[in-house]
Amino acid sequence: MTARRKSPSKPLKKTLPLLILAGPGLLYFLINSYFPMFGVFIAFKDVNYAKGIFGSDWIGFKNFTFLFQTSDAWIMTRNTLLYNLAFIALGTIVSIIIAILMSELLNKLYSKLFMTGLILPNLISMIVLSLLVFAFLNADSGFVNHSILRPLGLPEINWYSEAKYWPYLLVLIQIWKTAGYGSIVYFASIAGIDKSIYESAKIDGAGKLKQIRMITLPLLKPTIIVLVLMSMGRIFNSDFGLFYQVPMNSGALYSTTQTIDTYVYRALMQLNDIGMSAAAGLYQSLVGFALVLTVNAIVKKVNPENALF
Amino acid sequence: MIQTRGERAFTVFSAVVMILLTVFAFLPFLLIVIASFTEETALIRNGYSFFPEHTSLEAYRYIKSSAYIFIRAYGVSFLVTILGTAIGLLITSMLAYPMSRSDFKYHNTLAFVVFFTMLFSGGIVPSYIMWTQYFHIKNTLWALILPNLLANGFNVLLVRNYFKNNVPLEIIEAAQIDGASELRTFFRIMLPLSMPVMATVGMFMGLAYWNDWINALYFVSKPQLYGIQNLLMQLMSNIQFLNSGQAGSVLGADTVSLPSTAVRMAMAVLGIVPVLFVLPFMQKYLTRGVVIGAVKG
Repeated sequence: MTARRKSPSKPLKKTLPLLILAGPGLLYFLINSYFPMFGVFIAFKDVNYAKGIFGSDWIGFKNFTFLFQTSDAWIMTRNTLLYNLAFIALGTIVSIIIAILMSELLNKLYSKLFMTGLILPNLISMIVLSLLVFAFLNADSGFVNHSILRPLGLPEINWYSEAKYWPYLLVLIQIWKTAGYGSIVYFASIAGIDKSIYESAKIDGAGKLKQIRMITLPLLKPTIIVLVLMSMGRIFNSDFGLFYQVPMNSGALYSTTQTIDTYVYRALMQLNDIGMSAAAGLYQSLVGFALVLTVNAIVKKVNPENALF
Repeated sequence: MIQTRGERAFTVFSAVVMILLTVFAFLPFLLIVIASFTEETALIRNGYSFFPEHTSLEAYRYIKSSAYIFIRAYGVSFLVTILGTAIGLLITSMLAYPMSRSDFKYHNTLAFVVFFTMLFSGGIVPSYIMWTQYFHIKNTLWALILPNLLANGFNVLLVRNYFKNNVPLEIIEAAQIDGASELRTFFRIMLPLSMPVMATVGMFMGLAYWNDWINALYFVSKPQLYGIQNLLMQLMSNIQFLNSGQAGSVLGADTVSLPSTAVRMAMAVLGIVPVLFVLPFMQKYLTRGVVIGAVKG
């Protein structure tokens, strides 16, 4: 009798404390992530603060039509995709090279020192990074113009107004900032490889390069594939700071520095075009969502262990 | 393990390349440190250089003379970093704990609720309107703490995985048979056994708060609420900032001889210094954190 009466109340008694613990976090996600999800309707409204968000008129897909009629839509999509592809390809290659070279160093202390040095760029803010870049590139006293181009007798370049250099600059800057950090995962994977495999390859007469090609790289392949696929899922996102702050929000550079994220910011805060900004944001979220699902499906096929869900 | 000649050559090659790469990673920092110690006139005449003609403490003296602006910005940064990290770590781990309990009925539901936020978002515009129109966080300290940073799905799942993989359910069950409540189990058993992941996630959060400037860009227009990053940004995006407006009149500085370039570089140096202090500590946990985090969300 008592046992039967106890059982319905026991689950609640058991779950309630855990639900209370989860409460604050859940509330935060509800407010910070889920409420704005319902706000996507703003993209379909002609926002008018006088009428309020809810009272503003519905205009269907007009915000989207306007957005995709501008050249901005094409430029920011192209830039976001191409930069991400370059970051993924070069970033992966450089990270792997660093990891392999680092794992060659027999002295633990040295490899720790190098590691610390190489992750430092990843720890600074985009503001500080943009100052570093400014020290190199500013037209009057920048290191490149003043101490490299001038002594070589080459014409000085006005970096912050010449759009054509920025694709290379931004890729270089991004690799400089992230490659060391990115190499950590590969370094850890290499450290996990059974040393006896290398020993037996050596006995068979394989040199270092051959060992890397025949053992290290094939064993890294699953990690590489998963990491690349995961970054593919974020290919519609970009680091706002890198594309906004590092080029100093210079209008002359928009053709090569505008990404979806910087456009959303400018449309919202600088042009005050809330509808267009919301439309661009929703475009980014939806395509991003579709990409993540696609990528996950692919990862699941390649290696079910590593699928996100 | 005996090395062949080819292998030794490769080791030497690796060391040389690693040294070069590390130097390459360090040089820009060195350049701004040197620039901050360079005399402003030399900086203008000769540009940024690794071998300046005239060194000077002018920039740092200048910062000292208007110290309260910088101290305030530092204060805001530290306050936001400490508060944000503390609250963030607390609600992150409190949410991760029930998710890690496979005997808890809703653990998968919770995990999905958190995970879905990583897949889809409403975008910046709805968030911006919600925080400003309904929560009125504009120009408050909360604006620097609440949006985007406090807890994110990635961190919650990271902590959940650690709890799940490193603290066996048997320990928790044993504690509860001894009469410990869930709260007690969480604070007295789960947390003490999970210090490594707390340190890792706390570091990620702290660094994110210290380096954040975007929240202020969206939600803060009062210079009194600028942290060190936003002060730096203000100085940089507007060289005139120190010469005119609030700062200039407050400082009462001589507008002609303002050592703006060197001061900016000195400020950047001051912005990096706290990061340098945690770097060795960070190195210890970073590898672990990145590896745990990279494998699965």
